[in-house]
Formats: sequence, structure tokens, C-alpha cells
Amino acid sequence: MGIRILKGGMLTTVQDLGRTGYQSQGFGVSGVMDVRSFRIANLLIDNPENEAVLEFTLIGPTLEFTATSIIAITGGDFQPTINGEPAPMYTAIYMKKGDILKFGSARTGSRGYVAFSGYLRIPVVMGSRCTNLKSHLGGFKGRKLEAGDYINFRIKRPYLPFFLSRTLDLDEFDQEEATLRVVMGPQEDHFSRQGIKTFLSSEYVVTSEFDRMGCRLDGPFIAPKETSDIISDGITFGSIQVPSHGKPIILLADRQTTGGYAKIATVASVDIPKLVQRKTDHKIRFQAITVEEAQKLYLEEMKELDRMRKKIHQPCREVLECRLTAKRLTRLFID
Amino acid sequence: MENIKIAAAGDSSILIEFGKEINPETNRKITTIMQLIKDQQIEGVVDMIPAFCSLLINYDPRIVSYGKMQKRLYALVKMDVRYQAGRKKVFEIPVCYGGVYGPDMDTIAAHAGLTQEEVIKIHSSKDYLIYMLGFLPGFCYLGGLDERIHTPRLANPRVKIAAGSVGIGGSQTGIYPLDSPGGWQLMGMTPVKTYDPDRKRPILLEAGDYIRFIPVDEGEYRRIKELVEQNEYECTVREGEV
Repeated sequence: MGIRILKGGMLTTVQDLGRTGYQSQGFGVSGVMDVRSFRIANLLIDNPENEAVLEFTLIGPTLEFTATSIIAITGGDFQPTINGEPAPMYTAIYMKKGDILKFGSARTGSRGYVAFSGYLRIPVVMGSRCTNLKSHLGGFKGRKLEAGDYINFRIKRPYLPFFLSRTLDLDEFDQEEATLRVVMGPQEDHFSRQGIKTFLSSEYVVTSEFDRMGCRLDGPFIAPKETSDIISDGITFGSIQVPSHGKPIILLADRQTTGGYAKIATVASVDIPKLVQRKTDHKIRFQAITVEEAQKLYLEEMKELDRMRKKIHQPCREVLECRLTAKRLTRLFID
Repeated sequence: MENIKIAAAGDSSILIEFGKEINPETNRKITTIMQLIKDQQIEGVVDMIPAFCSLLINYDPRIVSYGKMQKRLYALVKMDVRYQAGRKKVFEIPVCYGGVYGPDMDTIAAHAGLTQEEVIKIHSSKDYLIYMLGFLPGFCYLGGLDERIHTPRLANPRVKIAAGSVGIGGSQTGIYPLDSPGGWQLMGMTPVKTYDPDRKRPILLEAGDYIRFIPVDEGEYRRIKELVEQNEYECTVREGEV
């Protein structure tokens, strides 16, 4: 009992927070691109923080439910419908057996997420259910989902308390430009003062070479002091490397573990969703902040998510008022 | 320890740089520090990526701040650790050289101006230090290939190289852990799986270990391959002096 994939969309994969702990052996982390949307999807239906979801890109999938489940849809607006009727986002939705959930193309943003209260029955490989496309590892048979694939649920969980309260404000993804806050380094000393000035003051454009591995930008040449080649070292989510062609490449979820180009800066974790939800030709600017500021932003976002969790765990007003009404009615009869 | 630099790589990673020279001593420092971090179970550490001259540490800023992590690591690298020189673990990797197993053997020998036997002898008479793993799961960057058999990469890379292929790319030698495109000159094949996702320890080798290639004939190759398929083969591991 689970979901049948009727259409796979452009690139739909099973993802979680990634396969950590094996990078020293050459395994990339993978995992979701937009961690915030992922966390909110799971949060809305009381899933564990790292429960696997479906991530889809630019054109979403069509799913048939073969069992009852509660779901939550977050991320870019893929114009979701259930049996042809528009479906709400950032809200817990009750799905019945036979319901068809259809996503279209991304009206805003470029990546969408759907979480399931029944938990996807995907084997845990090396601590994670995420798909590593390059190594054909994890997720659903190590690959993207296609029509005809079937994923069972692990449990039955057709009921959640405070169901009517489970709705949050939508994150907006309709901007066509973004300013990414970055922590400079670790190899900013490989670039000339002019190069760093160019990087921080210019507008860059998202090219079509933008996938789960990384995003190439086009724009003014960032001059190195001598060479931008370094002795290969470790790469992290959001590392901005600048090869000798002088244009930034931002490394994302499916990044390789190590690389040989100098990294001018690293995108603050909270701003990575702003990048991964952009499309080709959108504009990107960079703004330097300190590592302390970036960590503060991260902790603030975590607190914001805690507040969301609290909010959806309170009886909603309609329910409260209805109880009040019931009380009054009861009193009427007793009196 | 004076040339060690610890810098932020964003809000969730920190990079320890051990100078800019690739040598076994730096590698030993890195593997030792990595082991110390594991042994001391430093709070907040999520993952580590050792490389030729550096160690990148991913951590959770909810658990530990950059300032605290940096302090902790400086204290660690300043500790007068004896970098355990003197002992090394050498994995013996059987290789069937030449023929269908090593289609570029002729090219390598011709480029070196040596016979195939000489190339095999040079390639298999040395313990190679694994500096780091990267590029593919289980792909080892080995140091110390004899200059006489350095061979330029293929001008036109192959679309698919079979797992187990042993090759030379410029000044490097190594084993392809899984089927992959690649431009290295192929000299032989090992029946040993350096990467097996179904094994309890999917990756056989670690940074800091050594590899010794052992020439085997076709019959021995087949015999070992069968044992590997039945999960009954274990590499000989020799402990030796550095």
C-alpha cells in the first residue's frame, strides 16, 4: 500500500538530508537541494526530521495513492492538483485510496517536495534513504523515478492530531533575482583584491548548466592572483569555486567530495534554498558576512522552524469556537 | 605545527590546512588528527574529508560554534602527538596484467621504451601510499608511481571502464572502483572489489593505508574472482615498516 508513479516528471528522486559519514571514502552526500522546504514538509505532518521525501525538478510527477495517507507539499509552486482540483501547499492534506496527485511545471521556484505520513518504504543504505545518482546508490534502485514504479509505505498513519491547524504561510519563490550571503574563504587569498571586489559587486546570471551537482554562473571575470588551481581538498554544500575561466561554480547536493579549484567563498546554509529555487537566466549577487553571522542566521532559522512546529500543534480557532458553542448548547439543555 | 592554518569553509565546515606539500609525513599528520577527532568523539562533528594536505570537517553549528570548534582543533593539532611512523598496513592487490585485461599495456611499454615485463616489474615492486579517496566511491589517489612509467592520459577518454581496471593517468596509478568513464591507460585488472555496496564495509581501503600490486596469471585471476563472487576472498594485509 503506497504510491504508484504514473508520470516521473523531469527528475524525481527520493531524498533526505543525505548520506553523511562516508565522504572520506569518496561517497558524496547527495540529499535534498532545498533543506528548508524539506524540513517544513516533514514538520507539517509530524514526520521525523530526516524522513525521506520526493524531490522533483521543474516538471513534477503524477502519483496515484493506493492507500490512505496524509501528505504535505512544499517548495516551488508546481500547480498541484488532486483528482483535477487545485491542492493547497504548506498544508497537511488527507489523501484517500485512488486519489491522483498531479504536479505540473514549476510556476515559481524550480524544486518541489512532497512528504508522506506513511513513510516511504525505501531501504536504508549506509545510513540514508537518499538517491546518489552518480553511484547508482540508495533511493529507489539508485535512480530517478519513472512511470510504473511503485513505492510502498512503511506504516499506516492516517490520523494526526490538530489536523485543521496544520497549515503555514507559503514561502515565496517568484523572485527572479537573489542575493546570497557568503562566508569568504577558505581560499579567498588566491584571488586579487580586484577579483574579490568584482565577485562581491557584480551581477551574475544562472546558466543552463544547473543541476543537482552544481550551478554555473556567468558574469564578470574574477581574477586570481596567479592561478586558481589548488591541491585538491574537501568541498562542502555551497562551496563557490572559481576555475581559471573566472566564473563561479556553486557546488550543491550531488557535489563530488574533493576538488582542485580555489574556493573564493561558501554560501550561508540559510541562503542555499534561494539559489536552488532559481531558474536559468535569473540573477545572483553575493554579499559577504562573517561566519558568526552565518551561524546566527542558521540558528534563527532553526528557531523559526520550532515556532512553526508549535503553531501547528495548537487547536485552531474554529475548533475552539465550536467547543465553546457546544458548551453553551449543553448548558442550555442542563438549565 | 607552525604552518597549520584553520579556517572557516562556510557556517558548517572548517578546513585544517597542513601546508602545501604532498608527502607521506603530511599524510600521516592528517590521518592521525582524523583518528584523534574520532577517538575524542568531538561533539558536533558530522563528517570528515581528508585530502593531500588538508582535512575538511563538517559540523553542526547547533551543537558547536565556529569559535569553539576552531579553538578545539588548534588545541588538538598543537598536542605533541607522535605521528605513528614505523607501522603501515599494506593491502596486497592481485593484478592480471596485459592482454584483454590491460588493453593499453603496449602503449605504456612503448611510451616508456621498456618491455611489458619491465613495466609490470616496476609497477608491482613498490608499496603505494593512499593519500586520499575521492572522485568516485572508493577511488584511491596513490602516491609514488615510478617516473619511468608515467604515461599521458588517453586523448579520447573511454565511455566505460570496468570496475577493477588498473591504470596509469599521467603520474598517477590506481584502480577503478566501479564502472565509470575515464581517460587512464589500462594496464591490467584486479578481481578484488575495492568497492562493494553489498558488503558490510563497502570500501576496502582507507587514506593512510598502502597498496602493493601482485602480478597473477589468468588462471589465478579466475580462481580469485570466483572466491570474490562467493564472498570467500580476503586480501592479504601485510604490516610493515614505513
